[in-house]
Amino acid sequence: MKYTPKQYKEISKEMTYRTNSFKNCIFAFLIGGAICTLGQALLELYKSLGLDKNIAATCVSVSLIFLSVLLTSLNIYDKIAKYAGAGTLVPITGFANAMSSAAITFKAEGYIMGVGAKMFTIAGPVIVYGISAAALYGVIYYILTLI
Amino acid sequence: MIYLKAFIVGGLFCVIGQILIDYTRLTPAKILVGYVVMGVILGGINIYQPLVDFAGCGATVPLTGFGAMLAKGTREAIQKDGALGILTGGFTASAGGIAAAVIFSLLAGLFAKEKEK
Repeated sequence: MKYTPKQYKEISKEMTYRTNSFKNCIFAFLIGGAICTLGQALLELYKSLGLDKNIAATCVSVSLIFLSVLLTSLNIYDKIAKYAGAGTLVPITGFANAMSSAAITFKAEGYIMGVGAKMFTIAGPVIVYGISAAALYGVIYYILTLI
Repeated sequence: MIYLKAFIVGGLFCVIGQILIDYTRLTPAKILVGYVVMGVILGGINIYQPLVDFAGCGATVPLTGFGAMLAKGTREAIQKDGALGILTGGFTASAGGIAAAVIFSLLAGLFAKEKEK
């Protein structure tokens, strides 16, 4: 089978893209999985300290958020994110990273419209649609309880 | 064993996100919104809880877990307080995480050095 140079270029570009995507997925899997495993380790630790299951779960979220903001402040999280892609975006740490990195980056625009407002560029939509979806679900659930 | 399950399930959630990044034009914000809403739906129809029982933090740490927690909080608040729970449940369940993210991010904004460009 022969390809014209143009076709060859396109195919090679497509193949490179796919190989990269495969590599990206591996990194996302490993780093995302590691973050979840760290969460699990913290959960077991808090439960062994005698915390109630729900309280322990909230403590895990708070701990991961703290670690994420700390690593973001030290400019480490973004370096990991370069390799991890969705591996550092999808866990709750990605949410905290989006907020804190915006807070740091837009400091120059002031503490109100910079830090205060820009923090919610990504977190805002997540909260708006998360809470709204939950309320919509609540309405349906409430009606079902009445029947 | 629970660690391995958490690793694999959590990792797979991230792979789905990576595929969305690589093969669609969805921005990170859209992907996160999608994850949360999907979590609310899966949590609402009681599919997510079995996954949490199976994989622990592999299911609760990805943002779908945040969505499922919103749904669970809403349901429990309605059981306890009636219709008012529709409005109070979501924020009550997520208060700790959201407050932590806001306060730590504010501290980061106040004290962290800006990246050198």
